[in-house]
Amino acid sequence: MTAVLDTSRLAWTAVCHLADLLPERGAAALVQGEQVALVRLHGPDGGVGESGAQESEPVVLAVQQLDPFSGAHVMSRGIVGTRGEVPTLASPMYKQVFDLRTGVCLDRVGREPLAGHEADLRTWPVRVEAGLVLVGSRPAEVAR
Amino acid sequence: MTEPKHPVTATETSAPYGHDMDRGVARRLVVVGGGMVAHRLVEALRDRDADGAWHVTVVAEEPRAPYDRVALTSYFSGRDPADLALGTPDLWADPHVTLLRDTTVTAVDREVRTVTAVRNGVGSEAVLSYDALVLATGSSAAVPPVEGTDLPGVFVYRTVDDVAALRGWVEETARRRRRPVQGAVVGGGLLGLEAAGALQALGAQSTVVQFGPRLMPLQVDEGGGEALRRLINAKGVAVRLNTSTTRLRPGRDGAVRRMDFADGGRLDADVVVLATGVRPRDELARAAGLEIGPRGGVVVDDACRTADPHVWAVGEVACIQGSCLGLVAPGYAMAEVVVDRLLGGAAVFPGADTATKLKLTGVDVASFGDAFAQTDGALELVHADPVAGVYTKLVLSDDAKTLLGGVLVGDASAYASLRPMLGRELDGDPGAYLLPEGAGTGRPQTSLPDDAAVCSCNNVTAGTVRAAVTEHGCTDLAGVKACTKAGTSCGSCLPLVKKLVTTELERTGVTVSQALCEHFDLSRAQLFDAVRVTGLRTFSEIIARHGRADLPGARGCDICKPVVASILGSLGAGHVLDGENATLQDTNDHVMANLQKDGTYSVVPRMPGGEVTPEGLIVVGEVARDFGLYTKITGGQRIDMFGARIEQLPLIWRRLVDAGFESGHAYGKSLRTVKSCVGQTWCRYGVQDSVALAVELELRYRGLRSPHKIKLGVSGCARECAEARAKDVGVIATDKGWNVYVGGNGGFTPRHAQLLAEDLDTPTLIRTIDRFLMYYVRTADRLQRTAPWIEEVEGGLDGVRAVVLDDSLGIADELDAAMAAHVEAYTDEWRATLDDPEKLARFASFVNAPTTPDPSLAYVPERGQRRPATPAEREAVLVAGPSLEVRS
Repeated sequence: MTAVLDTSRLAWTAVCHLADLLPERGAAALVQGEQVALVRLHGPDGGVGESGAQESEPVVLAVQQLDPFSGAHVMSRGIVGTRGEVPTLASPMYKQVFDLRTGVCLDRVGREPLAGHEADLRTWPVRVEAGLVLVGSRPAEVAR
Repeated sequence: MTEPKHPVTATETSAPYGHDMDRGVARRLVVVGGGMVAHRLVEALRDRDADGAWHVTVVAEEPRAPYDRVALTSYFSGRDPADLALGTPDLWADPHVTLLRDTTVTAVDREVRTVTAVRNGVGSEAVLSYDALVLATGSSAAVPPVEGTDLPGVFVYRTVDDVAALRGWVEETARRRRRPVQGAVVGGGLLGLEAAGALQALGAQSTVVQFGPRLMPLQVDEGGGEALRRLINAKGVAVRLNTSTTRLRPGRDGAVRRMDFADGGRLDADVVVLATGVRPRDELARAAGLEIGPRGGVVVDDACRTADPHVWAVGEVACIQGSCLGLVAPGYAMAEVVVDRLLGGAAVFPGADTATKLKLTGVDVASFGDAFAQTDGALELVHADPVAGVYTKLVLSDDAKTLLGGVLVGDASAYASLRPMLGRELDGDPGAYLLPEGAGTGRPQTSLPDDAAVCSCNNVTAGTVRAAVTEHGCTDLAGVKACTKAGTSCGSCLPLVKKLVTTELERTGVTVSQALCEHFDLSRAQLFDAVRVTGLRTFSEIIARHGRADLPGARGCDICKPVVASILGSLGAGHVLDGENATLQDTNDHVMANLQKDGTYSVVPRMPGGEVTPEGLIVVGEVARDFGLYTKITGGQRIDMFGARIEQLPLIWRRLVDAGFESGHAYGKSLRTVKSCVGQTWCRYGVQDSVALAVELELRYRGLRSPHKIKLGVSGCARECAEARAKDVGVIATDKGWNVYVGGNGGFTPRHAQLLAEDLDTPTLIRTIDRFLMYYVRTADRLQRTAPWIEEVEGGLDGVRAVVLDDSLGIADELDAAMAAHVEAYTDEWRATLDDPEKLARFASFVNAPTTPDPSLAYVPERGQRRPATPAEREAVLVAGPSLEVRS
């Protein structure tokens, strides 16, 4: 599974400073009218330094704020962790676990998403430049 | 085949009798009786009869599917009758099975091979043909020939309905008489003692009246009987031995009021339970001309067959090898024999396993094999410790090697490992089995032969349990139970099954996982101790030091992070939002409010003991009105305000804190409330000031982080209006002080709290609760409430009592100090948050629009307040509603 991204026509919204994001505690942002959950990882810099740009490993990831299993916009309030090497976000509502990089639901904990919703989360491209967190104007298309 | 004359309703099943697709092919088996043995028979038949050679119709007198009669007493500890159901309901939906409930068989015609079945209460009658008939009618409670047994208030103890009626009567009597109900049980056997325990669980005083010279005369010898009497007495149940009841007398209301005894004595009683034995229900067989045993019961051979080759009898109604057996294990064995025979096998009844274990909390009794040493040359090895209330005896063969039987009173922990060794040579010194667990070098490790029966209820051998692990890939006790059925009936073998499973898993190289999650191999209790000792205070340090070494980049998960947060909280490591702590919290703890289904939160200010001033109420009302919050009174005697958006929480709390309120911790795995009745200050009946104590307790334990939520209750008299026995810690006032109960809860599996200590003065009470709570906080599993913790902790309730009251582990000072530190360090976490701009920044709705409400929220009015819109309602609200504009 790879995120196929046509960056040519992508606009970027600066949502906050990297320092505004506490490592491993999500925050919600409004991007082009959409609610997005931002997560700053406990990064290679230890998550405490002021890295000016995304290193080879991403420091900030973005997925949809809408929890497909409850219909509430709460994903940024979930617990951030890892499964194996995969950075994860758990829904604060019914505790489904998602891969933060791809949005794929790794554990449905016995539930189905609400009618009309995919179990997986959409993801947004994120760049960090000059200490600013920039979020792409539309979600990444996921090729399966 | 005879069609029913009038239809018998069989809506419970997918295929009404006579309309089966296999009709004309399948042979017809009719089982009369719907008890545990009938259930086992059907289950075994469906398991083995893959070709559908038989269609089975079960005619059950009770209006429900077969249930676990052995566990009836647990119904008093708050278990729902539905929990007693046996097996899965799928069995009764099987097209080869028909269950006729609420239906009585009135006649058997062996000439034409039919039975007549009548629907209870309706009277509609059906005639069912059979190729094989199994009588599994069980027993009825024997009513002794004593005047007055038909009075209201006199009960037998046999079915769910009996137990429900008894429970209703006791509760009603307690209300009517406004004093503790006086109960008595006639009969001091196994059932009588369980009934006495049940009466006590209902809050009644109880006296056991036994005709003979000792309790449980069929199971224990004289020494055991005496130890048992002391144990029962210590539980608060009175015992009268050598007493013959001659008459039950009514009071003015016509219900039973008094018992008269042959020795001239008498006893007041509002309720009497008759538990003097059972009588096989052999009427059908008698009427059908089948041979009946000398003391009743349908005579069968070793194949469980009567003289009529088409008629069989199993369970308590069967008179096999000269006697009727009133235990479930032999009944199950008979069911298996009949199934085997019906399918062309040649099984014979292996002889009765009459091992028994009393299922009464706090009274440990077990008896198995040749308990009375009747075998020629048998040796008795006795250990009696009257002070500890322990009497244990092993019966051995004349060479003192082979185990023939035993009696264990007061400490039956060796039962599970001894019983399967019956008839086998014991390893090592047999005397070692008699010593209390943990004494000296400990018990010899038995290695059970594969063919030893571990679970006699379900006839599961040690080999089967081992195979479940090695061949069927089960990796825990739950898996093995599901796979083998071991331990699913009476449960007395579970400790042994667990040990076998653990040993087998370890042998196959699987570490038995107490691990919290993939990041920590430690259990919560182990991690708590580790963190306490190493003094680490951040998650990064803790996972680096105590987490799995092979996962260097691991950052925890939604299991271990909140556990670490809770442990750090219990150890007093600062505010929930301090530094890295903030990343560990579930959203509830993170924003200090309770997440609701639409993503908003509810807010609960503390109202200690349920007390609130008019001024306080006005502020709560104003806040709710100004922020448009839905208000509801909680079960914990305070007020919940729903629909607060994340960015509103600090504004709401600013006003609440200014008015003198503080966090109610409704969001935390921590102390919730101390519920109280109004007590002595206002109530005409109160004997102590329950509100003052509740306030004191709530202020003492507020903010204490624990493995699960904790609720307390304080009642000012025995009427128990605060429902304290439904709490983790319940305090009930007495004339002399306070009784304290522990381990109660409502919720998914309700439990009544059990008595921990009586008549304590207030300082001793508080010290006792301090230690109980701290001991729980330190040693319980993640999300384990006090009731299951008490069951699992070393020594059970008695163990907890020893630690808390007698300092048996020598940790009382430590527990006291830990609680003192908690009380000292408490600060209101909401006030602390309001004073800290960095923490307040966490309450932004959007990092780039901190005060913009979540645009997806939508509400509709209902009964004068608002509630979240349903998906259908949302469309309309969102299009027309005011929240649309914030999108711009």
